[in-house]
Amino acid sequence: MMTKAPFEAVVADHGATVLRVCRAVLGSHTDAEDAWSETFLSALKAYPELPAEANVRGWLVTIAHRKAIDVTRARARHAIPTADLPERAGSDLEPPDAAVWRAVRSLPPRQREVITYRYLGGLDYATIAELTGGTAAAARRAASDGLTSLRAKGAAVTLGIDE
Amino acid sequence: MTDSTGLPDNTELADLADTTEMRDKLPELHARLEREAAAAGLLDVAYRLLDSPVGQLLLATTPAGLVRVAFSADHERVLSTLAERISPRILHSPKALDEVSGELDAYFAGRRTTFDVPLDRRLSHGFLGQVQHALSDIPFGTTVSYGQLADRAGNPRAVRAVGTACATNPLPIVVPCHRVLRSDGSLGDYAGGIEAKRLLLDLERP
Repeated sequence: MMTKAPFEAVVADHGATVLRVCRAVLGSHTDAEDAWSETFLSALKAYPELPAEANVRGWLVTIAHRKAIDVTRARARHAIPTADLPERAGSDLEPPDAAVWRAVRSLPPRQREVITYRYLGGLDYATIAELTGGTAAAARRAASDGLTSLRAKGAAVTLGIDE
Repeated sequence: MTDSTGLPDNTELADLADTTEMRDKLPELHARLEREAAAAGLLDVAYRLLDSPVGQLLLATTPAGLVRVAFSADHERVLSTLAERISPRILHSPKALDEVSGELDAYFAGRRTTFDVPLDRRLSHGFLGQVQHALSDIPFGTTVSYGQLADRAGNPRAVRAVGTACATNPLPIVVPCHRVLRSDGSLGDYAGGIEAKRLLLDLERP
């Protein structure tokens, strides 16, 4: 029988990946942190029942997907209708990859989701289709379209005409 | 790099996100998880490492009390054993061990002779467990022989088992197996190494 790793090892191995996924899906750093915390708390609760040979990263990304939806719904309930919140002020505070992340976030939701789960979460297209609906082939196409426009934005960033 | 679909592979996108800001954020999120897990009753085992004169110690506690003290030999294996025998819901959570850490620091500084934290003795079973419980009655600054301890545990002929009980004591230092010597006065074995045993005995010498 395989011995299950202490949960600490799960957090150490996958904490960064889950945070990337939450940020890519949710955008707002605060919301992403809430989703990260909810994901690991929920994972901790279910962890003793997880089969020792399970794909832990896939499992976590699946939970993160559900928690991101919860956070989005909670935000919608509490939204102030007139407020169109500005981007976080102070571009000097932004991490160096901010432009890339803005590009990811500017993708249509479907493409953004698929790209995030495929390339950050490492899920295969069949699993992504189960999570987000549609077929594996459609998920693959969405990822391909998303990457095409990311490449275009990347070029735009390089040329300095991204803003 | 591209895979068969002509798409960039995982690392290309993932590396872009691996910023300093993110690495700084994770410890903060970890601390929040520790707090929320404890509040939700989901933190079955909390642990931390503590530097001491006998090397780096691993301290682990359950909600019931201190459950494991381990010398630096192989902390990863110790955690795996705790995952198997108690629960895999284990987090590095130093705050949960503040009290015992303070008591150990005071002990090593010569300011404390007993430990007051509650103990979770679930890792002590059977006759070995009886011996390990009897260890707690050996006062600071005194020693007994393996034979005397066998007597106290109710089986004078079980000297070898007493040796095993001391060697497998899950709570060394706090449960003072270092106060048990061979009948000829030589030190005998110690999980933390003979030097550690000597240091502890010297520390307790009046």
